[in-house]
Amino acid sequence: MTASINLRKLRKRLFSKTTFRGAVAITLVFAGWELGSRFKMPILGSIPPPSDVLSVLHRITADGRFWHHWLASFQRIFMGFIAAQLVGIPLGLAMAMSLATRRFLFPILEILRPIPPLAWVPTAIIFWPTTESSIAFVIFLGAFFTVVLNVIGGARSIDQRYVRAALSLGSRRRDIFWKIVLPATLPSIFIGMAVGMGITWEVVVAAEMIAGKSGLGYFTWASYVGGNYPQIIVGMLSIGIAGYVSSGLIRAVGKIATPWQRPL
Amino acid sequence: MATGALGIHGVSKVYDPDGARVLAVDNCTLDIAAGEFCVVVGPSGCGKTTLLNAAAGFHDITAGEITLDGRVICSPRHTQPPGAERIVVFQNGALFPWMTVQDNVAYGPVVQGKLSNAEARRQGDELLRELGLAGVGDRYPADLSSGMRRRVEIARALINDPKVLLLDEPFRAMDALTKGVAQEFLLQAYDRMPKTVFFITHDLEEALFLADRVVVMTTRPCRVKEILTVDFERPRSFRVRASRRYLELKTAVFDAVHEEATRAFEAGERELA
Amino acid sequence: MDAATTLEVEGISKRFGKDTTAEPVLADCSFALETRKLTVLIGPSGCGKSTLINVIAGYEKPDAGAVRILGKPVAGPGADRLAVFQETALFPWMTTLQNVAYGPLVQRTRPREKVLEEAARLVDVVGLREFSDKYPSQLSGGMQRRAELARAMINEPTLMMLDEPFRGLDAMTRELMQEYFVRLYEERRLTVLFVSSEIDEAIFLADTLLVMSHRPGRIISRMAIDLPRPRLPSVLTSLEYLHYKSEALELLHAEAMKAFAAGSKAAADFVDAYAARDEGEPS
Repeated sequence: MTASINLRKLRKRLFSKTTFRGAVAITLVFAGWELGSRFKMPILGSIPPPSDVLSVLHRITADGRFWHHWLASFQRIFMGFIAAQLVGIPLGLAMAMSLATRRFLFPILEILRPIPPLAWVPTAIIFWPTTESSIAFVIFLGAFFTVVLNVIGGARSIDQRYVRAALSLGSRRRDIFWKIVLPATLPSIFIGMAVGMGITWEVVVAAEMIAGKSGLGYFTWASYVGGNYPQIIVGMLSIGIAGYVSSGLIRAVGKIATPWQRPL
Repeated sequence: MATGALGIHGVSKVYDPDGARVLAVDNCTLDIAAGEFCVVVGPSGCGKTTLLNAAAGFHDITAGEITLDGRVICSPRHTQPPGAERIVVFQNGALFPWMTVQDNVAYGPVVQGKLSNAEARRQGDELLRELGLAGVGDRYPADLSSGMRRRVEIARALINDPKVLLLDEPFRAMDALTKGVAQEFLLQAYDRMPKTVFFITHDLEEALFLADRVVVMTTRPCRVKEILTVDFERPRSFRVRASRRYLELKTAVFDAVHEEATRAFEAGERELA
Repeated sequence: MDAATTLEVEGISKRFGKDTTAEPVLADCSFALETRKLTVLIGPSGCGKSTLINVIAGYEKPDAGAVRILGKPVAGPGADRLAVFQETALFPWMTTLQNVAYGPLVQRTRPREKVLEEAARLVDVVGLREFSDKYPSQLSGGMQRRAELARAMINEPTLMMLDEPFRGLDAMTRELMQEYFVRLYEERRLTVLFVSSEIDEAIFLADTLLVMSHRPGRIISRMAIDLPRPRLPSVLTSLEYLHYKSEALELLHAEAMKAFAAGSKAAADFVDAYAARDEGEPS
């Protein structure tokens, strides 16, 4: 019963006026791009037309090396991002719960945070043994600060009435942490993750352009250096899609982990 | 001669969000006499606000017509844009947060060019004093309690000398006792310069305390189900709430609304607690 | 201490913040609650009713005075004094059943299976059996209130407090919740302190009505409501009911006006003018 209702809703959405208008708009953009490019209009004339991009795309996706770049980027993302969560979440919670910890660590964080992750690249290359580890470190930094701040913010903005109710019902400190603070902060944790993921992708791409030998960022940069312009666009689209998929994955996991926020 | 007779004749309104035709108001007819205090009640979501918005000129209607003193102001072909003769006081408050209380109240006449800045301010202060708000003129809305903000909005409406005052659950968020006092302030202003009032509320006690007539609407799509005349003298005293007659009226209104609410529940529109 | 008194509140005073020149919210507030009776506290907004509940619940400490429950002074929050507020405090990340079972589970006084059995039974009693695995965001306002009542009752508290729990519900739901709650009370006869700002609700529920003054809050009247139990909606049309309402209305209107007037001098003028007009009225 529910499944068929969802299907009907989906079909309605797909074939609604809004989707139609959206589809028309996108088609017009592509048509404009194709024409502008072919007819050497200002600016558009120097960009390869979508038809060229599509033929390059067709060729490239058959080539194994292209997918190797995808894998390389995702691997870096994975390592750096997970590390940031593993360190950042407990740290954020500790800082939220304890005034002493917060007073001690917050100033350090506030000084380091404004330094853009990419500014760390030269330092990272010097101090970390391998290129891989230096890129992973920069990625870690990118996600780390976002995570910590979101966790602190989320944990400290828990509505007082939940804590009071829990206390009245006989909870001890342990119960308050595990049964109240943690679940209540979960939505903020996932927000931090989703935002952090976006930052992570930016960092990865840039780091690969500067220091890498593989990955989608490297691929895009190498295409530029090698003069293969349609391939640049392929690279850009790939990065966009990869980022979208990653964020989507996090949002999906977040939804499963926080079932109470699902509307009926 | 009193003006401001509001006529709602056979009004229907269809909403069309994404192709789902929703009939919000269905062939609703109601004649409000000039200077009458008319309170509209009914189950939530039944379309009362839609009717108010149409009367104010915020959107059009699909059928029928709305007249003001016999002149058509809203029909399927033409909607007269909202104007100072039909002023709305909203549920959530629409005071301009970036203006002081005094500037808020003076806004209407000044922007219409009807009064000079100084004169508008003077009249505004006068109205504020009548509503028990002297001395708050140069404060910002954020500094006032919600009860005070409501009264400022009423002053902002009244300074334009509208023919019709449309109020959409203006006291909704207040607790019962404060609400009672706010109602008395409103009635005092009303007694002084009677205008046609179209007042929507959920609070049946409020309806009976304020109204000349209480109009009970059916569940969506809304039309008039029943009209009760409230025959208490004006000026109304708070003691009227403890009278037998008040109790009788309250039972009658409650039964009528209850019937509609049950219908709404059975139609799946709401949970019954 | 009288065995028939569950709660004693003596001389409670409290002011907000550190400013010692600010007017206190409560001043020398004292009353006692009879065991197994439903006492309703009514007063204008801002009179300190909610602060009083917070003090009795142990969430805040008074500046002066004492609160004793069954003779013992109150030291902090505890499962013997449970409160239900206007804004639901059901844990959003737990289902109805998990919420209701929370207290006993976390207190570890009974084995887990027994607790879950009891919780399921109570969820059934409050009519939420089909919603026991739903989250609070999926429940209507009335249902949330019922779930919170169950969550409190499973702990068999010495004192149940409710702070305007039905405020914000529409008139229909509110009336139904009042009838529902009074039945629940009459079946179990817990000691209840119920805060309200609606006269009809207050009289309908109460054995005893305590009227509070406007800020600084203190008790200015104690009315015994001698209406028969079980309370049925028809009681609202009786003469005695009207008599109680009339008496309470006089007191409360005066206090509400004072609270209103406290906002500005002109409001005070209005209140005076209103009072003068009032005097000239035939009764």
